[in-house]
Amino acid sequence: MSGRAWQVAAEVADPELPVVTLADLGILRAVDETPAGVVVTITPTYSGCPAMAAIRADVAAALRAAGYAPVEVRTRLAPPWTTDWITERGRRRLAEAGLAPPGAAPARASGPVPLSLGPRRGVPCPRCGAGRTEERSRFGATACTALWWCQDCREPFEHVKEI
Amino acid sequence: MSPERATEHPAAAAAAEPGNAYEALNEGDDPRWAYGTGFADPLAGVDTRVPSGVDAADLAGYCLMLGDDALVMSHRLQEWCTRAPELEEEVALANIALDLLGQARLLLSRAGAAEGAGRDEDALAYLRDPGGFRNVRLVEAENGDFGHAMARLLVFAAWRLALLDRLAGSRDPVLAAVAAKGVKEVAYHRDYAAGWVVRLGDGTAYSRERMAAGLAAVWPLVPELFARHEVEARLAAAGVAADPAGLRAEFDQVLDQVLTAATLARPPERPGPVRAAGRAGEHTPALATLLAELQSVARAHPGAAW
Repeated sequence: MSGRAWQVAAEVADPELPVVTLADLGILRAVDETPAGVVVTITPTYSGCPAMAAIRADVAAALRAAGYAPVEVRTRLAPPWTTDWITERGRRRLAEAGLAPPGAAPARASGPVPLSLGPRRGVPCPRCGAGRTEERSRFGATACTALWWCQDCREPFEHVKEI
Repeated sequence: MSPERATEHPAAAAAAEPGNAYEALNEGDDPRWAYGTGFADPLAGVDTRVPSGVDAADLAGYCLMLGDDALVMSHRLQEWCTRAPELEEEVALANIALDLLGQARLLLSRAGAAEGAGRDEDALAYLRDPGGFRNVRLVEAENGDFGHAMARLLVFAAWRLALLDRLAGSRDPVLAAVAAKGVKEVAYHRDYAAGWVVRLGDGTAYSRERMAAGLAAVWPLVPELFARHEVEARLAAAGVAADPAGLRAEFDQVLDQVLTAATLARPPERPGPVRAAGRAGEHTPALATLLAELQSVARAHPGAAW
């Protein structure tokens, strides 16, 4: 993926986590330039992510501003988005903005999805790097984050949860 | 769920005046800045043709069942907004409700596309009477206390996770994709509810009493989750649906694991056959009350766009 239209779409910022772009998040799946216009294919992060409508509008507006028309934004549901698709640059940018990037998404070879009881550990503090952190709330201000707290620097931080 | 863009909305009218704040935010036909606009078809660009050998009416009916489960459960969770015991739990319940609303939008859209009668997610959510809803009765029951909410959420999520996990291999690629996504979300919901059931059950004498009461209130609605409607039976045979009866073992295993950690006993179950009442459109009065609120704006202004 290296076309000019791809570059334009790739640099559109995520409306809820504006420190990362759509390409950083890994939700931009394809940008096809055809004589009849541009077709952008996006995979949603969460089923109910309210940012999807804004993302569609932002991508279309950015491409139109770059001279492309008409612009169609399509949804691709399979395979489902996983935080493993967030690029290295995306992870670095999240950490620089004080959001702990996700670890590896839970993998399952076969059988039922295992139940996870008990506290989660092991998310390093994005501010001071300390490992003594704890989950304060499993859900956060956006669908993709949880709220954590660092026992060393005593600051709260958001963690992009692994899915 | 996806109101159309309007021309007479105050924001749109204001945007037409030069030099105002809306104009600075709103480039051209960008639909974001008027409340309620900008929702596109959640299946835009997705191939929604019905797979060969699959009955379209059955597929539409099945997607309604799964979509209605999510929509009605989401509404009961939304009712906790401003009523949760702690801010963190309010955020959690709203997030779970949002995930389920997203699943409902996809599934109702899929139902409408399979039906092929021009009904979109809005028509299906807002313009059906209670008898047209296909959700299990578990999700329509009135809210109780927080212990009840966690008992219902644990039961719902454990059951739905087992269901969606099987549907990820459905012969309908749209249903399979929606399910595969939902597995990740509902697994997180289940862990959240399980954590609270353990914390309250293995907590103080009072929290334990309330948690046990919540479980006892929810449990009579459990057997219906595994009753088989004829649409489910036909589509399971066609490789599209999951047989509800086949989910029970996994459900029991998860519930046993949680209840053991919570030092709670599984409530007794009345023996005997159970009908798939909700799947057949037979509901309790609680659903009519819920829908009266959920549908009130759409019903008061038929065909309105804003």
